[in-house]
Amino acid sequence: MIKVKINGQEQSWDGDPDLPLLWFLRDEAGLTGTKYGCGQALCGACTVIVDKEAVRACITSVNDVAGREVTTIEGLHPNGDHPVQKAWRQVNVPQCGFCQAGQIMQAAALLMDNPKPSHDQIREAMSGNICRCGCYQRIENAIHLASTGV
Amino acid sequence: MNFIDNPRKLRGFEKHIRVEKVSRRSILKGLGVTGGFVLAAPVMSRQALAYETGAGKMPHGVVVDPRVFVSVASDGIVTIVGHRSEMGTGVRTSLPLIVAEEMEADWSRVKVQQAHGDEVKFGNQDTDGSRSTRHYLIPMRQIGASARTMLEQAAAKRWGVPATEVKAVNHEVVHSASGRKLGFGELAADAAKESVPSIESLKLKDPKDFRYLGKGAIGLVDLHDITTGKARYGADVRLPGMKYAVIARPPVTGGKLVKFEPEEALKVPGVEKVMQVQGWPWPSKFQPLGGVAVIARNTGAAIKGRDALKLVWDDGPNGKYDSVAYRKELEEASRKPGLVLRKEGDADAALKGADKVIVGEYYIPHLAHVSMEPPVAVANVKGDKAEIWAPVQSPGGTREDVAKTLGIPEGNVTVNVTLLGGGFGRKSKCDFALEAALLSKELGAPVKVQWTREDDIHNGFLHTVSVERIEAGLDKSGKVIAWRHRSVAPSIASTFAAGTVHQAPFEIGMGLVDMPFEIANISCENPEAAAHTRIGWFRSVSNIPRAFAVQSIVGEIAQATGRDQKDMLLELIGSPRIVKPNVKDLWNYGEPQDSYPIDTARLRKVVELVAEKGEWGRKVPKGHGLGIAVHRSFVSYIATIVEVAVDDKGKLTVPRVDTAIDCGAYVNPERIASQIEGAAIMGLSLAKYGEITFKDGKVQQKNFDDFQVVRMDDSPVVTNVYIVPPGPDTPPSGVGEPGVPPFAPALINAIFAATGKRIRSLPIGKQLEA
Ligand code: FES
Ligand code: FES
Repeated sequence: MIKVKINGQEQSWDGDPDLPLLWFLRDEAGLTGTKYGCGQALCGACTVIVDKEAVRACITSVNDVAGREVTTIEGLHPNGDHPVQKAWRQVNVPQCGFCQAGQIMQAAALLMDNPKPSHDQIREAMSGNICRCGCYQRIENAIHLASTGV
Repeated sequence: MNFIDNPRKLRGFEKHIRVEKVSRRSILKGLGVTGGFVLAAPVMSRQALAYETGAGKMPHGVVVDPRVFVSVASDGIVTIVGHRSEMGTGVRTSLPLIVAEEMEADWSRVKVQQAHGDEVKFGNQDTDGSRSTRHYLIPMRQIGASARTMLEQAAAKRWGVPATEVKAVNHEVVHSASGRKLGFGELAADAAKESVPSIESLKLKDPKDFRYLGKGAIGLVDLHDITTGKARYGADVRLPGMKYAVIARPPVTGGKLVKFEPEEALKVPGVEKVMQVQGWPWPSKFQPLGGVAVIARNTGAAIKGRDALKLVWDDGPNGKYDSVAYRKELEEASRKPGLVLRKEGDADAALKGADKVIVGEYYIPHLAHVSMEPPVAVANVKGDKAEIWAPVQSPGGTREDVAKTLGIPEGNVTVNVTLLGGGFGRKSKCDFALEAALLSKELGAPVKVQWTREDDIHNGFLHTVSVERIEAGLDKSGKVIAWRHRSVAPSIASTFAAGTVHQAPFEIGMGLVDMPFEIANISCENPEAAAHTRIGWFRSVSNIPRAFAVQSIVGEIAQATGRDQKDMLLELIGSPRIVKPNVKDLWNYGEPQDSYPIDTARLRKVVELVAEKGEWGRKVPKGHGLGIAVHRSFVSYIATIVEVAVDDKGKLTVPRVDTAIDCGAYVNPERIASQIEGAAIMGLSLAKYGEITFKDGKVQQKNFDDFQVVRMDDSPVVTNVYIVPPGPDTPPSGVGEPGVPPFAPALINAIFAATGKRIRSLPIGKQLEA
């Protein structure tokens, strides 16, 4: 039996310990905010925060996060008012929106690590997250906004 | 062209190639049941409409009925139905916003309800072809105006005053003479009893009184949910008892399963069942390809189970498809005469007599849509009833196809449309929903079919592959006097009709025969090309290769004659006029020529606007260059300037993009900007990296590592968007797609300016690494 804390709640799993965290979150725990985009750590759609770090849930097994704390988009802020989320809305970042949970989690992790990232630092830190609709310019603007106070 | 003569109804295909009147009788019959008030668009008079569109000729036409689209609750909440699919354009917000504007509803008290697939009730729902605003701006205004009129009539009756004395303003009706007011909620029950006014009697708002339209101040209705993970896409649907499935499909188009061994798969924890999926012979239209499904308690187990399957396939007739050999075939075909589609003057003679002939042969490979959400669908089939939840661009077509595939009446099928995590044309094809329906029927349980990214790339409906060859003949003064354009590419029609070797009217109408330059001798030709994989619509479709070729050769002509690219472009466009190509039944994106002619004044205007705002001719640092391109598509006009920087190792970056768009009347300029910003990134992706190749019939790429798209670190730093203000009667035109085509040629022209290298084959890949 694997125990893991997700958005502050204790969850347990007694199935395949190698099950990717992504599918545990989506299909077993019903937290569908975290998305599948590639399954190979290539797109960032599945980004969650484990302890204080952004990780790709598609290549992280449930076993890997045993005893650790996982934050998904649903748990980032109780009312959805994390500075990154607010900035995202102010800048009207999303088009289809499918990549955005991953982008927001990545951006939140970036700001935890570096509260005032530069243009180049943002572009580097966010380049693991694909947006097929092409919202990059707005993502960068929203991160600048979040970092200067929304 | 074989499919034109073919009377079979091929929905989703015919709609693009055929202008077929939908029987109005059948619409009225369908609606008689609900007592609605229906008008198909062709009935709308010129007085009611400043312009006509092709909306009424789409399957099931247009329904203008406030009772179908609007409901007002006694607490004042106004619910407006969004009947098109939301895939990132903002349509689920903008069409209801038009209704709210016209009915004087306060947007903060409006809820949007997504329509299920039912075209008899809602009118055509095919969300493709950049048509939503184009076809629905006026109908949505009429629906809003009808609802407003009914509320006003109800208030006037209540007060016993003439309806002309009352006026709806911001969610209430006021009688200014007496100062009385009634909220929409208080009037709801009475208004519902009012008869629906005739379209001719409606008074539409004066645009100067618009609160929302044209302002760009309203965010997406789903914005909060998207940022909090609550927005529900197809992949997010969960039903009690639902099973998770992934399918192993034939690796070669037209291939078949010979045998499979399920034993190892069944040993994977969480896997419950392995079963065969019915497939259809090639060309299979939108039907499933067949294969073997692994059913499990979660998607992860299903994928692991599928990896453990032992499968033997018969690759069938396309088992030899090879991209390198096929490219040679296309190139050879482009060097010989083909079916002549447009002929003006005598291009052959003029080319022979020309002082100089500039030849460009341009290649664009297959592309995959890779919408961020791969295809996915949930189905629950019980007896002769089916319910589907899916991110489909064609809810009505999906309903029809599910009914046909399961052999049940269409009325027994409910298609719930979720948000789409991107579409780009891929989700116009409902094969994934059909797979889910077949599996659910057999399992007797709800099931979700999830495509992996690898499935999406291996078994998609790819953008065609093409060689576009242009010969431009110049006289002594450098003036272009002859133009021969041969386009060779397998057609989308091949996915529907075996033996198709020519492109369909809707493909040749995308930048081949509608070429707008003022040249005396023109020949547009289409040599034969047979398809060896499934070809489908990809955002902008044939406009991508056409704009690439036409706008690249403009750069090459400028280069050969020592002229400025922009001046050359304007010279070729020529005088402001309406172009009337000598083409029988010229396809015009399904629109009447009267409302949507090929207008070179508008084409010139976007070139001039982008040149001015984008500071054409500005000094750029060493290693940088500017390129320009213009293209009319989806009856909109777009010009783009790209600034490129190429370092001494050949690494390419894009510091700045400027785009001017003339899309006529518009609803939300903020979303237009986001579409154009996104189009620049998609354009850069396809120019820099986009290539799907085949060997032994199989796609050689598998995921985002070998089919790359632009990431943030190489995306354009800034894209500026300029929108041409519409004239009072300029009809709305496309926005979702037109931004893509001019990007690649503007980039390629910029690369030439920066490096002196002329790229004629996409993707750029390593071509700049010298
Ligand atoms: S799904 Fe995990 S990185 Fe793409
Ligand atoms: S918003 Fe559609 S993929 Fe990013």
